Amino acid sequence: MTQCTIHNSQCTIHSDVMQTGSPLFRRGWVGLVLVLLLLLASCREEVEIFIPEEVEVTQPEYTSVTGFFLLNEANMGSNDCSLDYYDYAKGKYFRNYYASRNPSVVKDLGDVGNDIGIYGSKMYAVINCSNKVEVMDLKARRIGQVDVPNCRYIKFHGGYAYLTSYAGPVAASFDGSYKQHGYVAKIDTTTLQVVDTCVVGFQPDQLDIVGGKIYVANSGGYMVPNYENTLSVIDLETFSEVERIPIAINLHHCIADHRGILWVSSRGDYGNTPSRLYAYDTRKNRLVQSLDVAVSNLWMDGDSLYIIGNQWSNITQTNDKSYAIVNTRTMEVVSDRFITDGTAEEIRMPYGVAVNPITKDIYVTDAKDYLTPGRLYCFGSDGIKKWDVLTGYIPAHFVFIGENINEH
Amino acid sequence: MRSFVTSFLAIIAVLCAIAQDSVAVRHTSLDSMQYLSQVVVYAQKPYSEVIPAQVLSGKVLEGLNSHSVADAIRYFSGVQLKDYGGVGGLKTVDVRSMGSNHMGVFYDGIQLGNAQNGQVDLGKFSLDNIDEISLYHGQKSDIFQSAKDFGSAGNLYLRTRRPKFEAGKRDNLNVTMRTGSFGLANPSIRWEHKLSRSLSLLANVEYTYATGQYHFRYRKLFSDKTVAWDTTAVRQNGDIQAFRAEGGLFGVVPDGRWMLKAYYYDSRKGIPGAIVNNVWKHAQRQWDRNFFTQGNYQQRLTERYSLMVNAKYARDYLRYLNPDTTLMYIDNEFWQDELYVSTANKYTILPDWDVNLSIDYQWNHLNATLTNFSYPTRHTLLSALATAYTWRRLKVQASGLFTLVNDRHTTRNGAEVLAHHSNTRTKVTPAVFVSYQPWLEHDLNVRAFYKRIFRMPTFNDLYYTDIGNSNLRPEYATQYNVGAQYQLFTEHGALSAVKLTVDGYYNKITDKIIAIPKGSGLYRWTMMNVGTVKIRGIDATVRMSFKLPMEILLDGNLSYTYQRAQDYTDPTDNQYGGSYKGQIAYIPWHSGSFIGHAKWRDLELNYSFIYVGERYHDSSNVPVSHEQPWYTHDLSASYVFHLGKTQFKLAAEVNNLFNQYYDVIANYPMPGRNFKVTLKFDL
Repeated sequence: MTQCTIHNSQCTIHSDVMQTGSPLFRRGWVGLVLVLLLLLASCREEVEIFIPEEVEVTQPEYTSVTGFFLLNEANMGSNDCSLDYYDYAKGKYFRNYYASRNPSVVKDLGDVGNDIGIYGSKMYAVINCSNKVEVMDLKARRIGQVDVPNCRYIKFHGGYAYLTSYAGPVAASFDGSYKQHGYVAKIDTTTLQVVDTCVVGFQPDQLDIVGGKIYVANSGGYMVPNYENTLSVIDLETFSEVERIPIAINLHHCIADHRGILWVSSRGDYGNTPSRLYAYDTRKNRLVQSLDVAVSNLWMDGDSLYIIGNQWSNITQTNDKSYAIVNTRTMEVVSDRFITDGTAEEIRMPYGVAVNPITKDIYVTDAKDYLTPGRLYCFGSDGIKKWDVLTGYIPAHFVFIGENINEH
Repeated sequence: MRSFVTSFLAIIAVLCAIAQDSVAVRHTSLDSMQYLSQVVVYAQKPYSEVIPAQVLSGKVLEGLNSHSVADAIRYFSGVQLKDYGGVGGLKTVDVRSMGSNHMGVFYDGIQLGNAQNGQVDLGKFSLDNIDEISLYHGQKSDIFQSAKDFGSAGNLYLRTRRPKFEAGKRDNLNVTMRTGSFGLANPSIRWEHKLSRSLSLLANVEYTYATGQYHFRYRKLFSDKTVAWDTTAVRQNGDIQAFRAEGGLFGVVPDGRWMLKAYYYDSRKGIPGAIVNNVWKHAQRQWDRNFFTQGNYQQRLTERYSLMVNAKYARDYLRYLNPDTTLMYIDNEFWQDELYVSTANKYTILPDWDVNLSIDYQWNHLNATLTNFSYPTRHTLLSALATAYTWRRLKVQASGLFTLVNDRHTTRNGAEVLAHHSNTRTKVTPAVFVSYQPWLEHDLNVRAFYKRIFRMPTFNDLYYTDIGNSNLRPEYATQYNVGAQYQLFTEHGALSAVKLTVDGYYNKITDKIIAIPKGSGLYRWTMMNVGTVKIRGIDATVRMSFKLPMEILLDGNLSYTYQRAQDYTDPTDNQYGGSYKGQIAYIPWHSGSFIGHAKWRDLELNYSFIYVGERYHDSSNVPVSHEQPWYTHDLSASYVFHLGKTQFKLAAEVNNLFNQYYDVIANYPMPGRNFKVTLKFDL
């Protein structure tokens, strides 16, 4: 997609040398060979911006869901975080959508995407190692950014965005161990300014807002093996932490259903304590369910919680992969394999999951070896593969575009 | 193949350019012969090896605008340098795409170890006191060497300056001061003293200070060539302070010699880090303290029997600090100890048939401040049996290396030891080297070698808290090489010497130790023996020396490498964007270098050029992973003059003459045009 040009400064200097070095050209063939040498040395092109790679993947489809964005995390230090777009009306997948929409942004979208969300007419991409939230319109055109160091997950409520960050105050410690609190930043979605912060537990990850309270899953991931085991509860009115609820160690996801049940995942300790899923009833203020389901990512659609699990086993030295559905009403696992054809064998590193709210098509991403670009698989609600396509590096986080689908 | 032909034409072009240039300056020179003997064009090694090395030494090495050993090694064929930029930046070498862990680096004959991560940072080794750098593919095909010399897929030998005295002199004092870009101040002093006819002493200290600041620039264009964005910034946190002290005693015995050395290096530096969106500087720091003392003794004890003994003790300290509390705060310290003894015994059975038995023992230990660290210890016993046979113009060498590695570590929970582990592995690996000179009257040698070797998993691979995998097996490298070398020395015309080498090779890396994702989230990895890489390549070098009238000496060295290094790890990952058969990360298909050196009386000029072709930063080889080629032109000039008894040498250099902004590793910007001035005086 880039073409070899010899219009850059280095090559211009080369040709000056050629013209002034006349003794070199007493014999024609010497000049000829020199030109060949220059051609060898001249293949440095100016770096061009990424043109979106457009791939036709399937037949057009017309519903009130018009498309989705997929945020590719990419590895730390790679600056390869990218945003892809799928257009249902065209049946086309666009890679590097952000870079092509915002060609003048220095160093593109950034380093390690961690979350994406839509609120009103704006889309927010949380870019962890670039210490910012990139704010765009729904066509991925940049509006601005909010600088928050080591930011993790975002949720919205009442004109504000709430964002977790690991970079809170360093806690006084008497045993010599290092402890650092995280915080939740309150961002005005009109001015894009951080208006307030609230200190929570150690290394807070996902958060959700239900019943006038913000629930934050604290991980303690920097303090191995002394993980955190609580949810922080923040009162929306006063924006201060009012309670800590012990659930399990190393909490990660935290997502509320429409009955006020908070679905919380624990990563476990990657050893003797496995990853699990918990249900906490925010109205009755108690834990109501604990399921033996490994959770690496999840997506809530109506009464169904789609869960992909990927747990390392020290015994088999492999990753155990699982694709489960939990019914949030009965609180039971209703399916332990929502991929029903043989495609599950092809997916090396299940990483992201999403479900189209209208058609119920299931999207699962494969992060492969983390080092090469991943793949996106689309399955029908029957779990049979419809299509798959190459994505960016570590495809992970989805957001759908359309009418009345992103509001709580 | 087209590019290969092109580059060979290019070789000829450069050589012709040199010849033509010399014609142009011929009538300006004056007549004097007295300094001719000082010029060592290219060291002619005694031809004891079946396949000779690539060598940089003497004036050519001195003329290169290099700060460290790493900068100089870029001129060898088949070598890729991983350079994270700046004076203090990490620089490691990858030979023939087998990975830097397969490279053995030897300092005055004894291997520099790093049991922790297997990598030797060549940026730490200053060229200040290096006399000669030689690179061998496979191994040095000289049988009289320690067992460790047989133990890597490629060997790099750094030979420091041995004291040399002119008649009647008992002391040499050399003082050097270098300064230039990056806020560099780099003084060094070397003192050589002759204690007796058979014993001399050397002391050498060097201090390096640099702010490490330089401008870098990134920009991107629209397809119509208008600028999309263009940004220039200053590289931060690349500062370094380093102190090196080295002392040695050098002795001569009948039919032999001995040497005793001590080396100390102490540095504190910033780690400049990756430049990514919204992050333009980093705060991470690193402290290194390396100490080693080593001795070497070799002697021909009888007509048939020669003995060599090597011994070494090394202690390395590393501290890594991340003080930036927007990230995970880290303050880790590591201590490594190494003890090494070796003996090599050569016996001459017939005048043209030698055998050698070498036995080495090494002990390594790693201590760290990591939580629940396993405190590993490794005992290594190496034994090499080698034989060399010469029959007319055929030279054959074969060797077998027996390796026994015993690793011990503990499982801990805090201070409590839960379990002790011990694991022993033994391997035998072969190597065969052959060279043949078809015609007595022509110095043409055809050569071939086969070698199978492995690298042990490092302590980090095995035991790094959470990431390490103690079940790892060794990673194998199998090498096949065929090539030819042609040399010609002539007194006819201006040309005085030509040397051409061409080698084709096929390497296969199996059970490659790579990091694979483990479970979900938070970038958790573990090490596994899953990779397979096949490398097919061609290395070619041309060296030419010219002796022109009016004492002008010219020489040129051109090297070219073609490599197809493909990832064969996962045959199912073969769709567009998959890794199967993709060119592996950061290995260019084409790379090459040229060094031109000219001398007229006390004036020397040096031009060097490095080219690294397009690469991809992962084996998917998709457009977003594409990395641009880069090439730099460096120029230097030096002049020697005398004031009284003191000899002065003034040198000035400009590097990256055309100010090309480039990355060797993506997001680690390299310096643009930069300068250095050196003043040396010898008493």
